[in-house]
Amino acid sequence: MIAMLESVGPHLPILIVIIPLLGSLLVAFTRSGNLAWLIASLSVLPLPVAAVLMTMSVLRTGQPLVYEMGNWPAPYGIVYKVDALSGFVLCVVAAIAAVIMPFARKSVATEIPSHQQSWFYALYLLCLCGLLGIVITGDAFNAFVFLEISSLSSYALIALGRHRRALLAAYQYLIMGTIGATLYVIGVGLLYLTTGSLNFDDLAVRLAEADKTYHASLMAALGFMVVGICLKIALFPLHVWLPNAYAYAPSFATTFLAGTATKVALYLLIRVLFSVFGVAMVYDRLPISDVLVVLSVAAMFIASVSAIFENNAKRMLAYSSLAQIGYITLGIGLANIHGLTGALVHIANHAVIKTALFLALGAVVYRIGSAHYSDMAGLGRRMPLTMGAVVIAGLGLMGTPGTAGFISKWYLALGAIDAGLWSVVFLIVASSLLSVIYVGRLTEVIFFREPSPRAMAARDPPLSMLVPLYVLAAATIYLGFDTRATAEIAATAAGFLVGGLTR
Amino acid sequence: MTSFTPEFLLAAALVIPWIAAATIPLAHAAPNVREAVTLLAAGALAVVTWSLYPAVLAGARPELQLAQVVPGLDVAFRVEPLGLLFALVASTLWIVNSIYSIGYMRANEEPRQTQFYVCFAVAIASAMALAFSKNLFTLFIAYEVLTLSTYPLVTHKGNAEAIKAGRVYLVLLIGTSMVLFLPAILATWVYAGTLDFTAGGILAGKIGPLALGGLLALFVFGIGKAAVMPVHFWLPAAMVAPTPVSALLHAVAVVKAGVFSILKVIVYIFGIDTLAGSSAGDWLVYVAGTTVLAASVVALRQDNLKKRLAYSTVSQLSYVVLAAAILTPISAIGAAIHIAGHAVAKITLFFAAGAIYTAAHKTEISELDGIGWRMPWTMTAFAIGSLAMIGLPPTAGFLGKWFLLQGSMQTEQWVAVAVVVASTILNASYFLPIIVRAFSTAPPTEADTAGTHHHGDDHGEAPWPMVLALSVTAAMTVLMFFAPDVPLSLAKAMIAEVKP
Repeated sequence: MIAMLESVGPHLPILIVIIPLLGSLLVAFTRSGNLAWLIASLSVLPLPVAAVLMTMSVLRTGQPLVYEMGNWPAPYGIVYKVDALSGFVLCVVAAIAAVIMPFARKSVATEIPSHQQSWFYALYLLCLCGLLGIVITGDAFNAFVFLEISSLSSYALIALGRHRRALLAAYQYLIMGTIGATLYVIGVGLLYLTTGSLNFDDLAVRLAEADKTYHASLMAALGFMVVGICLKIALFPLHVWLPNAYAYAPSFATTFLAGTATKVALYLLIRVLFSVFGVAMVYDRLPISDVLVVLSVAAMFIASVSAIFENNAKRMLAYSSLAQIGYITLGIGLANIHGLTGALVHIANHAVIKTALFLALGAVVYRIGSAHYSDMAGLGRRMPLTMGAVVIAGLGLMGTPGTAGFISKWYLALGAIDAGLWSVVFLIVASSLLSVIYVGRLTEVIFFREPSPRAMAARDPPLSMLVPLYVLAAATIYLGFDTRATAEIAATAAGFLVGGLTR
Repeated sequence: MTSFTPEFLLAAALVIPWIAAATIPLAHAAPNVREAVTLLAAGALAVVTWSLYPAVLAGARPELQLAQVVPGLDVAFRVEPLGLLFALVASTLWIVNSIYSIGYMRANEEPRQTQFYVCFAVAIASAMALAFSKNLFTLFIAYEVLTLSTYPLVTHKGNAEAIKAGRVYLVLLIGTSMVLFLPAILATWVYAGTLDFTAGGILAGKIGPLALGGLLALFVFGIGKAAVMPVHFWLPAAMVAPTPVSALLHAVAVVKAGVFSILKVIVYIFGIDTLAGSSAGDWLVYVAGTTVLAASVVALRQDNLKKRLAYSTVSQLSYVVLAAAILTPISAIGAAIHIAGHAVAKITLFFAAGAIYTAAHKTEISELDGIGWRMPWTMTAFAIGSLAMIGLPPTAGFLGKWFLLQGSMQTEQWVAVAVVVASTILNASYFLPIIVRAFSTAPPTEADTAGTHHHGDDHGEAPWPMVLALSVTAAMTVLMFFAPDVPLSLAKAMIAEVKP
């Protein structure tokens, strides 16, 4: 057994991508939804274990884990690389994907026609493979390939929604996503032209030299890549595709994408800005910090106000996601250790919190077939356990002290203070007041309105749905008190990213 | 009890209300068992906190570290005299309030009583955590949990009015705490490098007087529970809640948590000397003084009994803030004592108001003609509570004012003196008429009662648990005047700790 582990260990970086890829192929050949679910679960469950093992090894040794494809060394071949940053995000994505698996079976069985269920799981695994690939690869073009794998599969996932509007939402996302990916690959092409390399680490070294002759091209490359990635992130004002995509996708797809897809795009942004170009080139020469801070603050406020007036819970949470993404890009824009720690911590915390909320909505849709406020009215007494979890996660979303959300806010505010932006501190706390209002409004609908006809017959969902929901709700509280797994690793990663490159 | 270490008692005080909150839902089907759990927990908690009293006076300062959230940011607890005083008030009044609640909730056939008792227990739990918090971070968590756990209580009735009040309550309290209190904590952390409550403060020499004044403003208005104008709206709005909840808000935990936090921040974060030396806190005397007077003037115009009491609370709370703002040891003692004195008196007044509502279904002062003859116990207790509000002996209300006056005269703060005098006159003019009205008309005769059945005037006292509760608190109000040893000794111990 130990011998087997030892032989498998060095190959974990490739296995974490291969396993879901093979699983996806296998699932595509099945007919039964339950069998597809079983295979999908079996291929997802090892992933968080692999991610955690790799991250722990990186943190223990202080050295990144590098896996050379076909033993071709770094600048020539493609390498997969796990450092504190990618390890952290791998853990988040893999853990979320695994935790929500038990929920999938019944939710997918009711929302997806039976002949499409195995396709759905195949797409899900493919998307997961793409997301993990983006995070683990050390190669700019390989990242584009994985970006397309995850994007194409997620368009199809969204299009499988029951409502016909899901098609339009998927189409909208497809157009925007393709533009984003194209911009990114144009940037990569420019980088390759000027430096002759695609490896992230190698690029970082060669950029300094190339900068002397090809300054304008490099800046153009940076611009293309940042705008392209920000489209995938859905940073305001490039966000218009997201609310419809989240609202009309099948519940399980929304849950998965909300917790992981935008997070991975955020990872890619951090990688490009901090590891490839570096703080000195990006922040000292371009007003990228100001632009990110202003757009982030705009997202925090405009999206939150939209969330307040939204009457569909899924769309409300989608707008809330846009606002929360604003927090993360704010931390990236601040570009100091506290700010970046806040951004990274919030990638994990928001993934946990938002996944919990979308799971709860998935359970609501499973029971009453709708996530509209008028149908959810009075659900508090009919689905008390589900709604209890909504309240807990809602508190996390508000950033109540004692929940994970507070930790993010704490670091972000410290980052703003470090940057000398006291006004931003007040904007952060003021925007979380808006989240109090939209969470409060949902709570009022759930607990104080007269039960709707649909709510009258509802009851809490089966255990397979409640357990993942409560795992995440408990994590919302736990990560508010014990931040060794989140803030500590995030701070390590942020230290490397900011400290290592301002030399 | 001596066999228990102070550390154990501290842990027990923090845990007991949570145990109650977890146990109460199990007894949902058996109301008597459920209420027994509440009473048992309240009794146990009071025993535990009172057992801490001799130890703390003897110099024990038990500590407990729960978790390190971020390096330097701990969830930790430490018992000091001021916190113990607040804990004693909250835990003791929890017993009385529970007895009263049982009478009130059953007599008025309130729905969702299990939820009520659970939320109540959680509120007490957070009050304990707040009282014993070792640093601002822990206090902030407890402060927010207190707001959140009382929200379902404020909206207990579930009607449109209650929901609206709940919105005001939540947005104003969470809003001020997030937008002002949290930045204040952040600034303290950045400037002082710690959030621990430390005798003498942690900000001395760290920031200039202007920033010090600004920070104080963030704290005073950020701690919205202290209801310093203009962040007082939530308190009158919350009057829609059942009376036991009003008692919780006004006496047991919520507003007391507010003024306690302000006092604690002034004494243990700023340091009395640091503030007095920089004159950065001078403005607070005027703000608190204005609140004292303005709230009294508003109270004067209220016909709704609970609303009048609510504005009276706003006014009385600012006594505490005023006393703290005077920045002398003796006035700080006054502030601490007034927390206790106002608590027992105000809970008496609310109990009486609730008893009147339960027995006579009356809410307006203009309806109370002659009610004193029908409800002699209730209205006598109400009279005692009123005297305490005015600040007359022999009631607890006199003590706080006495120390406050002494402090302001010592430092020649004549504005404060004028405020106290003027507000005493105002208090008298909105409390005495109620008592006069209640006992003005002749006692009802048998014939009257027989003829006025349809008016609903044939009531006597409220159910006995309510009368018992309000009699006990009225007795406490008087008792504290004659035997103020407990609050006085704790307040003095606080000063001894700060100014050795």
